[in-house]
Amino acid sequence: MSMRGFAVSGPLAIAATSDRSTRAGRAARRRRHASNAAILLLYAVMLVWTLTPIYNIVMIALEHEGDVYGNSIVPVQPSFDSFWVVVSQGYWYLENFWHQFGNTVFIAGMVTFLVLLIASMTSFTVGRMRLRNGWLLTNAALLTYVIPASFLAIPFYLIMNRYGLANNPWSVIAALVTFATPYAIFIFQEYGRSIPLELDESARIDGASPLVIYLRIYLPLMSPALVAVGTYALLLAWNEYLYQFLLLSDKRSMTVPVALAQFLNSDQAPWNYMMATAIIYALPPLATYYAFRHRMSSGLTMGGVKG
Amino acid sequence: MTATTVLDVGASSPGKRRSLWRYWRGNLKGSEFTWALAFSVPYIAVFLGFVAYPVFYGLWMGSDPALYSDVFSDVIYQDTVINTLVFVVLGVNLKLFLALLLSGVFMRPGWLTKVMLMLFVLPWAVPQLPAFISLHWMLNGEWGLLNNALWILGGIEGPSWLNERWTALGAAIASHLWKWTPFWTVILLAGRMSIPQDIYDAAKVDGATGLNRFLFVTFPLLANLYLVLTLLATIFLLGDFNTVFFVTGGGPNNETHLLATLGIRNAFDLARPDLGVAVVMTALPVLIPLVIILMRKLRTTEVQL
Repeated sequence: MSMRGFAVSGPLAIAATSDRSTRAGRAARRRRHASNAAILLLYAVMLVWTLTPIYNIVMIALEHEGDVYGNSIVPVQPSFDSFWVVVSQGYWYLENFWHQFGNTVFIAGMVTFLVLLIASMTSFTVGRMRLRNGWLLTNAALLTYVIPASFLAIPFYLIMNRYGLANNPWSVIAALVTFATPYAIFIFQEYGRSIPLELDESARIDGASPLVIYLRIYLPLMSPALVAVGTYALLLAWNEYLYQFLLLSDKRSMTVPVALAQFLNSDQAPWNYMMATAIIYALPPLATYYAFRHRMSSGLTMGGVKG
Repeated sequence: MTATTVLDVGASSPGKRRSLWRYWRGNLKGSEFTWALAFSVPYIAVFLGFVAYPVFYGLWMGSDPALYSDVFSDVIYQDTVINTLVFVVLGVNLKLFLALLLSGVFMRPGWLTKVMLMLFVLPWAVPQLPAFISLHWMLNGEWGLLNNALWILGGIEGPSWLNERWTALGAAIASHLWKWTPFWTVILLAGRMSIPQDIYDAAKVDGATGLNRFLFVTFPLLANLYLVLTLLATIFLLGDFNTVFFVTGGGPNNETHLLATLGIRNAFDLARPDLGVAVVMTALPVLIPLVIILMRKLRTTEVQL
């Protein structure tokens, strides 16, 4: 049906192939120049759109407190003072900064480890051991994936309070593991299909127990997917805000994003310190993202469309 | 009748139990089945403890019909429903349509496009909180970068974006597009790249270039993916809390809340968790059909996100 559409545009193809100094060729070249110019214009617009809010963060971080409330679009007397204030915890909102940074690192690390462990074990039973009715597990994961996390925040908060886990990093770890594991299971299932089952079979015949197969065969062969999912879980845990905000309200237990948002509620928010904090908080995930970008996109690319 | 059935089951219990046991075990041998169970216990525990339990707890909290007359008579809630509709319809469609077009642009060869793609995904790679706080301050009417730039570069006195309902909501939508368009662009780009080049070559022989190539080759192949992404983006956007919470804060006068932010406000600022849950529950008539369709689609098609 769609083939009929192409027949109409037949002459265009001829113009495109006879690209010599004929009149048609010149027209084609002119069209190519015009489209190149349009693309460059588009890129320029995209650059401004993409970079302005990021420029805004950097600009304010480089300003002095008084200059934030001004009308210039470049930093008036640029300096790194506010970074120094953050790093040396030299402002009363920031007196626990490194402790809070440590909390963020701990939560992100634990979430990454647990997501990798639980999701790889689950996909091993469903995909490799072929547990009967394993689809129930896959469907549970799918369901979790499509439930908005913010909709579960209120009951989750109440349950955690009842367990006495308020201000305990493990309540946040539990929440984030819950919401990161489903995607991890999908990726592992999908990637696991490329590993031949015969490997497991022959190991089984040699008398290897499932645990040995999991540790010696499955995990090593899955390492690309483990890296992709690990990056995903790490970024998710580092960047999450709502659950950390609800569950961690104590100065010593809170994480960097919660502390950062606290600034907003103060009467005269020191925007330059806030933005310097934001940059220090954003650098680790940015570095992780750009370092593992290609490995992550391999996970995303796998079978983007089929059929 | 029921009694006899129970008795029957009781009488034939050993045989029945063995067959049930065998049914669950499948072709796994004794110790292997134990291992399989042990391996799946952690996820089962996570699901029951942190998904099923909160879901049922939430449903139980929101099960009092009297709550809903409170919710529906609330003026803020009525505004919120309209905001959520506008936010979801504009947000999802603009975002995905832009992503579809831009993913085509990023298929171009050359280093310039590669560099542009790296810069373009920056908003997605930046954590949400710094990004939205920055946008919030950037849109400040008095001191924000946007109005300063408008004044210096164009001599235009910009409005105070966040102090009026519709400009504030527009700002929230634009911020959401800024943050999330790159993510969907990358997925659609992956979708486009998985279309084999042969198909384009064949289409070229048939004379399909430019718009025709897009309409008759690319889009039909991407249509299924695009549909799944639309459903997924709708669900994600319904649950989006951070954009509105940080860019507009629900203001001015609670006029730009979404269901997700209003639920949290009712539960924690007003200390009425039941009212918060009830607000969120009113999204279920839309959410549940979407979830069912999406789950069926994700299971039957080979879309991988």
